[in-house]
Parts: sequence; C-alpha cells; structure tokens
Amino acid sequence: MDGTDIGLWGIPLAIIAGAIRVSTPFIFVSLGEMITERSGRINLGLEGTLVFGAMAAYGTAVMTGSPWLGVLAAMLAGSLFGLLHGFICKFPRVNDIAIGIAMMQFGLGLAFFLGKPFIQPSAPKLPSIPFGGWSSYPQVQAALNINVLFILGIALAFALSWALRNTRMGLILRVVGDSSDAARAMGLNPDTIRLLATAVGGALAAVGGAYLSLFYPGSWNEGISSGQGLMAVALVIFARWNPVGCLLASLLFGGAGALGPALQSVGVTEGYYLFYAAPYVLTLIIMIATSSPTRSLAGAPGALSLTK
Amino acid sequence: MTLEINSQSLVPPPVRAGDFRPAIEWAARRAEPLAIALFAVAVGLAIFSVFIAAIGKSPLQLFQLMYAGGFGSWFSIQNALSRAAPLLLTALCVALPARLGLTVIGAEGAVVLGGLAGAAIALPFVGLVPPLLLWIIMGIAAMVIGGIWIGLSGFLRHYRGVNETIASLLFAYIAIALMNQLIEGPLRDPASLNKPSTTPIPAEYMLGKIPGMDVHWGFAVGVVACIISYIVIEWTTSGFAARIAGGNMRAAQIQGLPVGRLIVGFTALAGAFAGLAGMIEVAAVQGSANGSLAAGYGYTGILVAFLARHNPLAIIPVAILLGGIDASGGLIQRRMALPDATVLVLQGTLFIAVLFSETLYGRFKIFNPDLWKQPDASKGTA
Repeated sequence: MDGTDIGLWGIPLAIIAGAIRVSTPFIFVSLGEMITERSGRINLGLEGTLVFGAMAAYGTAVMTGSPWLGVLAAMLAGSLFGLLHGFICKFPRVNDIAIGIAMMQFGLGLAFFLGKPFIQPSAPKLPSIPFGGWSSYPQVQAALNINVLFILGIALAFALSWALRNTRMGLILRVVGDSSDAARAMGLNPDTIRLLATAVGGALAAVGGAYLSLFYPGSWNEGISSGQGLMAVALVIFARWNPVGCLLASLLFGGAGALGPALQSVGVTEGYYLFYAAPYVLTLIIMIATSSPTRSLAGAPGALSLTK
Repeated sequence: MTLEINSQSLVPPPVRAGDFRPAIEWAARRAEPLAIALFAVAVGLAIFSVFIAAIGKSPLQLFQLMYAGGFGSWFSIQNALSRAAPLLLTALCVALPARLGLTVIGAEGAVVLGGLAGAAIALPFVGLVPPLLLWIIMGIAAMVIGGIWIGLSGFLRHYRGVNETIASLLFAYIAIALMNQLIEGPLRDPASLNKPSTTPIPAEYMLGKIPGMDVHWGFAVGVVACIISYIVIEWTTSGFAARIAGGNMRAAQIQGLPVGRLIVGFTALAGAFAGLAGMIEVAAVQGSANGSLAAGYGYTGILVAFLARHNPLAIIPVAILLGGIDASGGLIQRRMALPDATVLVLQGTLFIAVLFSETLYGRFKIFNPDLWKQPDASKGTA
C-alpha cells in the first residue's frame, strides 16, 4: 500500500467524515425544532427557513465579504420566519402543521426568488480547523478538517441540555410545553413563550442553512437542501426531545447519509440510490418500533399536537 | 317576530310557502366558506402585490399577465386545465384523509411510484393489447402501488400510533430513492443518456386528448375522481362514518365504527388517486417514468386541498385556478423578467392567508343563523 491508498479503511473513514460534514445542518435544525416542540408547538416550515437561511447567508457573505455576517443575517431571517409562524399559530383554530407546510413553500419560494442573482458569484467560506494535521493521509486530513459551526453545534447541544434542566428559562419552556393551563396558573403567557421558542428555533435552523451554503457543499443553488429541514421533525421524535439525543441522532443521520458515497468511493455502486434513502428508512423503522397506539411517546411535551 | 324567539328557539319554525327564511339561512351557512376563502385569497393577493411593488415591478401588469396566461384565451384555459389534471388527484390524496382528521403530506411518493409502476407494467403489454386495455392495466397498477404506499401511513397511524404526517413524508423520500434506483438500474432504457428514464411507451399508446380540446384525458379522469370522492364522502355510509371519525375519533370508536378499516381504506383510496396522477403524467405527458415525476405535484396538491377546505367538489375549481397560475408562470417570467419562483412565492402567500383565515370561521354573525334567533339576550345587550 502506498502513502495515499488506505484500502477498505476508506469506508469507515468516509462514514465518519460524512457524519461530521453532513450532520452539522441536522444538528442546528433539530436543536431548533427541539426548542420549538418543547414549547408545545411544531414548525414544519423549517425546511423553508433552512433554505432561506442558506440564501441569506450566501448573499450577505457575497456582498459584505464576511461569512460570519452571513450567519448573522441567516439568524435574523430565520427568527423573522419563526416569529411569523408563531404569530399566525397564536390564533384559534389555526393548524400549526398546515401553517408549517405553507411557510415551507413560502420560504422556499422567497429564497429562490431573491437568491437568483447569487447562483453565479462565489462567497467567502466559513473557516475550519485542520484537526487532521498529524496524519500523512490526505483522506484523514480531509475527514478531520472540522468546521467551527460543527463544534459550536456540539457545545450548543450540551448547553441546551444543561439549561433545560437547570435554568428558569428551561423550566418555563418545559412547563409551557407540557400544559398551557399549568403555565397560565404560574402567570406565564404560553403564546408569548411559544412565539419566542419558534423564533429561536427558526434562527437555529437558518444557521444550519448558512452552513450548507457557506461550507458544505458551499454554494447556493435551488437544490441545496435535500429535506434536512423536514427531517428535523423526525429527528426530534427520534431523539425524544432531548438536546444531546438530537446531536447523536444528527451524527447517525450524517453517517447513514454518507454510506452510499462512501461505498461508491471504494467501487461498490450497487444500490447507490437506495443508500440515499437510508436515513429515512432508519427513522421510519425507529418510529415504528418505538410508537404505540395506546400511549403517547415517552418524553413528548404534553401540549404538542403531533403526538396527541 | 320577537315573540317567537323564546318559544321556538329549539324547534325550527314550520316552512310556509313564500317564507324565504330557510333558504336565506341555508344560503348564509353556505356563503361562509366561500366568502372567507375569497377574502383570504384577496388578502393574499394584496400582500403579494406589496411584495411585487417593493421590488419595483407592477403588480397590475403581473395580474394582467397571470389572467392572460392562465385564463385569457381558449389556448391558455386549455393549458390551465392540463396542468390542473395531476393537482385534482394529488389534492384528493390530501383531502380524503383530512376528512378523517389525518394530515397526509406524502402524496409525492405515491405519484412517483404510480408513474413508475404504470410505465413498468405497460412495456410487456405493448403490441399485445389495445390502448384502452393498456391504460386500464397501467391505471390499476398505479392505483394499487399508490394505495399501498399511502395506505401504509394510515395503517401505521392506527395500528402502531406512528404520526402519519411524518411517516407519509418519509415514505415520499423513500419512494423517490426507489425510483432513482430502478430507473438507473433494472428499468433503465439504455437509449436514455443524460436523463435516466424507463423505455418510452410508443406514441400510439399515449393517452390522447379530449375530443375538441387540447387537454388530455387526465383532466376528465381527475374530475370524475373528485365527483366519486364527493359521493363517497357525502352520500355513503362509510363516508358518513369517516366524517364522524374525523370529528371525534374517540366517539367513533365508542360508537363501534370500524375506525381502523376506515382509516386504512380512505388513506389507500387517497393514495390510489395520487398513484393515478403519476400514471397519467407518464401516459399523457412524459411517455416514460423519469425524474420529472417528482415535480412537486404532491406538494401543490396540499395547497389545493386546503384551499378547497377538503371538499372534493371545491377541489375542481381550485385546481384549475392553481393550474392557471402555474400556466402563466412562463409568460410572467418572459414579459416581466421575474424569476420562475414568483409563482411559488404567490402560492406560499395564498396558502398562509387561507390557513390564517380558518380563525375567522364562526366569528361573523351574518353567516350564522343560530345567532339570529337568539339575539344578544344571552350577553345582556339586546
């Protein structure tokens, strides 16, 4: 074996690399959806928010030359989408799942509309840290070239996990999510808290989008998201509304998504497209295995329409 | 009249000749969804106009072009009808489960697999059977696979407690991956180079146009499917049971209604229609199954179903309206130098406005005859 060929070791390495590269948007969008769902509301429109965030980040980075300003712009846009969703859902008889689908279409439309001029120019990329410098294998170096947002995402998951358990904000979020009546008895306004939780969720989802356009795959086009935003809903159920669970589920999804390309890189092309479906099949199997027709899911916020 | 109020507030007054009150009450109740939907569409268009004006284009010109491109001439009307054909069927895929209280959003998966099944089963029969029989075979195959696909979501919902919204969405992604695998592999026509497709159906087996029109038969099939769905929901016992279950699932179970069978049956029927949409797309437009099947008909169908408030008959005009908007997209793009996503923005805006308007139902006294008979005595302000 020469200096660059690592043979079959390429498969696990490519899966790990894929898990790291592909999972970052999943981490942010699922943490965002987790916060929203913990408040008792579901936002199916995060796909639109994610894509709009990708566009806003890319456009801002092209115009200002700063990728971090792009991330900031995405967060701002994402929180506006979240506020709109939260505001509409405040009204009686408005179905939050359906509004989510509508917001998705609206966000996608707006992103494609406003993002048309940004398909050509190239934006400055987000920085990454070369953790693989010790290795002489370029594959290892590439795999361990880790983006700052990935690290931030991991930190955020643990921070949220701690905050949900130990802070006043965390308690408020949990109470509102479990029972609107209990929240009102405590003098809290559930609508306001859900509005804020949806806005924060949107902002995080948009950061996931910013990663897509500013790091990997690192360009803006209309096909940039392949359903990451929609998958977030399934991921959060899979993770049982637990932030660290969201992180692990995102890594698993990233790894599953990287399986096909990894096998292809070593010459296995049979069933290439089927491997694209791996994360979806995985989610479905886990949902089937853990659901029950008689009881609601363990860990589900009581006020969530999805699991009632 | 005031004397009648207390004694007859529970019993409707007897209908006499020349008494128009029942007719007015009936009309008032029926007018509510129409008036609120029209109001919501108007508000959506107004917001969209502000957006178009904000980017420096004329909303007036845009609406004129939209009318011209969608409904302004016989040519554009036919175009609108052709584009409405798949929407009629995918909207049914959303509307039928919605009557049972289920939110199914994965119609796209049934469309894709229905088209694929239709194209795959057609090939061995080409040359052996007359076109009509071939279309029937294709249609049945598409309906069976589409029915299984969406019916599975319903089955999992009832018997495993899996959320049908998420499950149907996952199934849609799996379906697209399956199609890509099959048209790249075993079903690929070696002659399709850049765009992998199944072997095309010969021209003489393509679904033709409705006589005297430039609209393919798919539109007629869609309209018939809507009418059948309406009859099933409004006039049959199963439809009645489904509506009860949609109103209150627990109550339906306590009443001993076969809720499980209703859910699986209605979701399967819904999926069968979406599958048929895929088969029509193959037999009338594409000629083969390829990536174009996943063109988003399933997602636009969600919009159509919600705009029609899940009423199968209302789906017909709404689908034609959306088909017209869709048909005018190209004209708007060329004449006003707007991106093709303009139509998507408009659809999203309309969708949000219409869903938002749900909150208005029951708020207007004019549409609610029950409130006429009991003037504000209960509130203390006569």
